[in-house]
Amino acid sequence: MHDNEHTSHHEESFIRKYIFSLDHKTIGKQFLIYGLIMFFLGGGLALLFRWQLAYPDKPLPIIGASTEYMEEGEVVTGADRMWERIYESEKEEWLEVNMPNGVVDPAFYNMLFTMHATVMVFFVVVPILVGAFGNFLIPLMIGTRDMAFPILNMLSFWFAVLAAVIMTIGFFVPGGHAAAGWTGYAPLSSDAQWTGVEWGQILWGLSLFVQGLSSLVGSINYITTIINMRAPGMTFFRLPLVIWSLFIVAILLLLAFPVLSSAIVLLVFDRLAGTTFFTPTAEGGGDPLLWQHLFWFFGHPEVYILILPGMGIASELIAVFSRKPIFGYRSMVYAMIAIAFLGWIVWGHHMFQSGMRPGLGSVFMTTTMLIAVPSAIKTFNWLGTMFRGSIRFTTPMLHGIAFVSMFVIGGLSGIYMANTPVDIFIHDTYYIVAHIHYVVFGGSLFAIFGGIVFWFPKMYGRYMNDTLSKIHFWLTFIAFNCTFFPMHILGVGGHMRRISNPMQYEFLQGFEGMNIFITMSAFTLGFTQLILVFNFFWSIYRGKVAEQNPWHVNTLEWEAPTPVPHGNFVQIPTVYRGPYEYSVPDEEEDWIPQARPEHAPATSGD
Amino acid sequence: MAQNNTEVHERPPLSNARLAVLVLLGAETMLFSGLIGAFLVFRVGNVTWPPPSHIGIELPRVVTGINTALLLLSGYTMFQAHRAIQKNLVKQLRSWLLITGVLGLLFLGVQGSEWVQLIRNGLTLQSGVYGGIFYVLIGCHALHVLTAVIWLFVVFGMAIVGRFSAERYVGVDTCTIYWIFVVALWPILYVLVYLL
Repeated sequence: MHDNEHTSHHEESFIRKYIFSLDHKTIGKQFLIYGLIMFFLGGGLALLFRWQLAYPDKPLPIIGASTEYMEEGEVVTGADRMWERIYESEKEEWLEVNMPNGVVDPAFYNMLFTMHATVMVFFVVVPILVGAFGNFLIPLMIGTRDMAFPILNMLSFWFAVLAAVIMTIGFFVPGGHAAAGWTGYAPLSSDAQWTGVEWGQILWGLSLFVQGLSSLVGSINYITTIINMRAPGMTFFRLPLVIWSLFIVAILLLLAFPVLSSAIVLLVFDRLAGTTFFTPTAEGGGDPLLWQHLFWFFGHPEVYILILPGMGIASELIAVFSRKPIFGYRSMVYAMIAIAFLGWIVWGHHMFQSGMRPGLGSVFMTTTMLIAVPSAIKTFNWLGTMFRGSIRFTTPMLHGIAFVSMFVIGGLSGIYMANTPVDIFIHDTYYIVAHIHYVVFGGSLFAIFGGIVFWFPKMYGRYMNDTLSKIHFWLTFIAFNCTFFPMHILGVGGHMRRISNPMQYEFLQGFEGMNIFITMSAFTLGFTQLILVFNFFWSIYRGKVAEQNPWHVNTLEWEAPTPVPHGNFVQIPTVYRGPYEYSVPDEEEDWIPQARPEHAPATSGD
Repeated sequence: MAQNNTEVHERPPLSNARLAVLVLLGAETMLFSGLIGAFLVFRVGNVTWPPPSHIGIELPRVVTGINTALLLLSGYTMFQAHRAIQKNLVKQLRSWLLITGVLGLLFLGVQGSEWVQLIRNGLTLQSGVYGGIFYVLIGCHALHVLTAVIWLFVVFGMAIVGRFSAERYVGVDTCTIYWIFVVALWPILYVLVYLL
């Protein structure tokens, strides 16, 4: 009886509707755009240091274009005039300190790779996967009108904005931004004398602390909503897999982030209050290894926070576009739970080389190897879903398939690193860089791209332009592999990561050509993403108008009218079946929505 | 919004607010696990504790022991407040809440005066990990007690205005859960930091 109240469109002011919105869909979209903006910041940083790796100590294009002006101060060409204008402004000092004559300074290089990873992990992948998709999908897919705590939900977004602002300020403080790697290893991070970074590292810590509050508030909201507010008939084993993944990730975030917060508190005390938690001293100092233990106790669950929602999204895409029930629904759920649980007892595999007791290494090696089992279950289930399905090669499906194949490469290289003896050789080389990017870029980001194209019609009521989406997919897929696959070879060749000039080492000089190739591919990859952004914003206003359920999907979000009104559903749907009943024999259509009441033989998930 | 949802849902065993506070406690537990873990690393890593350079500095075990009893007592009074509202005894709820709040403030006061004493004796944040982790860990708990006291006085104010009854007492309920957590955590810290 309250239904009309929700569906009738009561006008809200612009600020209430788009800025301080309480609506989960708007907050989801805010997180999405936030993540995309930060994606360009993080990507830009990567392109800067890729240039330095391919052409060490050569001036950057554009930034270093006019060496004439920078060296002589003479205005000769148009470019000189442009640089004159910039150098007259207050940016002068910043550019000169960090990029004298347009060349990436080694200290600046340290900052670049540190901030690239920090931004990508904490401000791109988690906000988009958990913040954007979590907010948008959870209430719609479980069949409720909004999150349990809309105000907390809004706070979660604005905490994230505050964290991003603090993180961005760090670039402009004297001494530069944090430069101790995204892992912030102590004592490198705990004392300014090693990196020369003063306020950057402190702001880095404060920003992550605030981001932790955002995650905390968000995950409390997600967990409560999923447990308490499912539509009638929506049992746990009728939840779509993406909701399962977000539920598990919310629990991981809830429990993992406070551990990082505690480590950050200790770090900030070391920096500001003169404690020595991470520095051994004569009068009873601390232990630098403690930071690594605390960081990775958070950090490894964080790795699964980055990939599990991607797995959930890929499961949706693959089942929908194979027109088949997901293969082994329950085993998919149990595999995710197993991965999440095992994620807590493997953190030591990041520390084989740290001076930790060697006996512990074999324990962590064993637990790490165990994770291959649930991961393999998931992979085979995806393949089993596609096997003999009537696959529709839509753009989201291409992303889904890319997710699975890239995840397999990333997962397999992970097994090598889990082996202590092998890891001793490839630790801290480009092999690990290749691995992490195959999992987080090849995995999570392809899932994100696929998810954006897939749910765009529900978010904005229009399709994204398919030609542009396909061009974006193929260019990304090819450039991604050209960028990151050769890094395996660099790594086995002994190419260390986090060095600003490989040409200083005689044994790495042979890799110059490969480094140039990688950089070219990385620039292609970076500029390809402009297609996505153009397509995204263009399609919001100009895309083809979409019907209510364009892909013929069973799950509840497609029961809601398009565009989804405030309050989501005209009437709260009742759920009668699992989410993946595609191609059920003797049915007219090859899909049966979860809310369709006629009696039909139940298959998966019931 | 949440209330409108109940129109179509069966009543869940735990209301949203209660569930959310329990979930929050999961995160709080992990925060303290991190700090306690750090404490244990330092404790186990040093053969003599306190380290030799800190001989002569002693933590006030007896006073803190009494303080511990005070805090445990406040847990009991909070429990009584909760029982009172379940029986719809609003007046008793108010007095139990007030007693609990005063006990909480008393605990903070005693701890504050101890800190002043310790700093005078030369135990500061800068005196190695012994002083550092003491102030950070105990201070983190004190901040939580402070939060709980503020929360409690908000609930007290609501009780005075007459917002609670035997049917509606989510506010008391959530505050009780949080208070009990903060109280139950303290003996663990007392044993670890003061006695071991």
